[in-house]
Amino acid sequence: MDAYLTQYIDPYYLRLLVLIGINIILALGLNIITGVTGQLSMGHAGFMSLGAYTSAILSMQFACPFWLALLAGAFVAALFGCLIGIPTLRLEGDYLAMVTIGFAEIIRVFLNFEPGGKAVGLAGIPQNTNFVLVLVMVIVIVYLNSKLLNSRIGKAWYSIRENEIAAEACGVDTTRLKVMAFTVGSFLGGLGGGLYAHYMFFIRPQDFAFMKSIELLNMVVLGGMGSIPGTIIGATILTLAPELLRVVAEYRMLFYGALLVILMIFRPNGLLGDVRVYDIRKRWGRKEVQANADTNP
Amino acid sequence: MFLEQLLNGLTLGSTYALIALGYTMVYGIIQLINFAHGEVYMIGAFVGLFLVTVLGVNILVALVLAMLSCMVVGMLIERVAYRPLRGKSTRLSALISAIGVSIFLQTLLALLAGTNTRSYPSIFNSQTFDLGFAEVSLLQIIILVFAALLMIGLQIMIHKTRIGKAMRASSQDLEASYLMGINVNRVISFTFAIGSALAAAGGVMVGIYYNAVWPYMGMMAGLKAFAAAVMGGIGSIPGAMIGGLTLGVLEIMGVAYLTSSYKDAIAFGMLILVLLIRPQGLLGKKITKKV
Repeated sequence: MDAYLTQYIDPYYLRLLVLIGINIILALGLNIITGVTGQLSMGHAGFMSLGAYTSAILSMQFACPFWLALLAGAFVAALFGCLIGIPTLRLEGDYLAMVTIGFAEIIRVFLNFEPGGKAVGLAGIPQNTNFVLVLVMVIVIVYLNSKLLNSRIGKAWYSIRENEIAAEACGVDTTRLKVMAFTVGSFLGGLGGGLYAHYMFFIRPQDFAFMKSIELLNMVVLGGMGSIPGTIIGATILTLAPELLRVVAEYRMLFYGALLVILMIFRPNGLLGDVRVYDIRKRWGRKEVQANADTNP
Repeated sequence: MFLEQLLNGLTLGSTYALIALGYTMVYGIIQLINFAHGEVYMIGAFVGLFLVTVLGVNILVALVLAMLSCMVVGMLIERVAYRPLRGKSTRLSALISAIGVSIFLQTLLALLAGTNTRSYPSIFNSQTFDLGFAEVSLLQIIILVFAALLMIGLQIMIHKTRIGKAMRASSQDLEASYLMGINVNRVISFTFAIGSALAAAGGVMVGIYYNAVWPYMGMMAGLKAFAAAVMGGIGSIPGAMIGGLTLGVLEIMGVAYLTSSYKDAIAFGMLILVLLIRPQGLLGKKITKKV
């Protein structure tokens, strides 16, 4: 299928599109934890690496079917997400952030293990991820995600972010929901990691270092916390930015850093953080009413 | 053997503590994790290196000049990347801005100085003293004494001077201090300056001690120092000192008695353990939530 598509699209752009898709899946996972539920997680690359390594080892050494390897990776990540979610019962804010950083760093150190190919990493993973698969997955995940965020659970997650005490007073089981947010978020992280591993052929522990977690966090915050369209835009911009900045060659990361600061200064709440479809509709509605009022004195 | 390792750990820990102090002071006042702080430490190490190798300045003068120039760097970072955001954004936006600064400075130094690891000329001969129970190198003594002097100086400044009082007031309640006529922006600027100077001192000392200075050295050191600050209870100054020393000792002990390949895992594992037992850190105050 991809071979068919490359007749029409340059392979370089197709590759970018696939990476954008994978980053959208990863960022949507982090969005549930940090954007929607408000639990600052700075170790999303840890979940990603769990999914990537689990699925890669399964398909390389046990000749597991691709979909099964992918699911297994996602479930392992979800299991660890549930485990890391349990300290959130006691920790808050930056203490939690520190635990997630520590967790991701510990995972990265332990990824230097024998079946994982040590520091060299794993090479020769079958390239099962393709554009169509990623596209379908992104569509399905975005759909399910918006369903979830509009459900009772989603509303409860938002309420925890807005005010945890008030949410608790209203009968929201904050403990259970926070662990749930971590589980769902890390499931998506593991899924993205599995797709990534089966697209890149080659993974190594450094690919999932602290900077990767930060990159994913940037996507969520830049797009606008808790907003699905925002997260998609954030993931797209930050995947494209380093590519577009190739023009300036070795000054690329210099501009990338400056770009983050400038974007934050001009859109402090993220690109779509304070824009809601509901508000826009309401504003349009009001204009119409006013227009009518003017014409009918 | 044990006591020597303990001394090694304290030496490493005192540099962690110097960096952690910057994190904790800034956090105490504006609740921002200043992720660019590790980069200030790196710049300090580079400025010191530049002064010693290129200009041939005496090492102590270079240390002081590195501290002074990092004061300026710290204040500039605050002015350019954090002040425009203050009061109109969530804390996370400021965090992303800090990460942007961090990436910017890392790349800038990599472009200016190259990505190679550089080293200080051997200034202190590897003279060691036998204390009977342990051997100490001259360099270790200098680092420990200097770090102790800086921390004592900081404590005196915070508890005895006017600006120190203003800093304490601002960390209690920023708005109320503003209403009491404290120039809050100046206090914040000053806090960044002091924190950056301490980080620069740490950078120069680590550069000499481990003989390695490179543009990406700030990342891991910054992360560890942040871990130390959180472990001690973020926002608490004695907490950062104790957290830094504890983390340094634990790390060296882990390497000495367990295995060196899991060095970073040991440091972070201990941190998670401490937080699970005491969620507010070693010296952090338990904040009761009010409705």
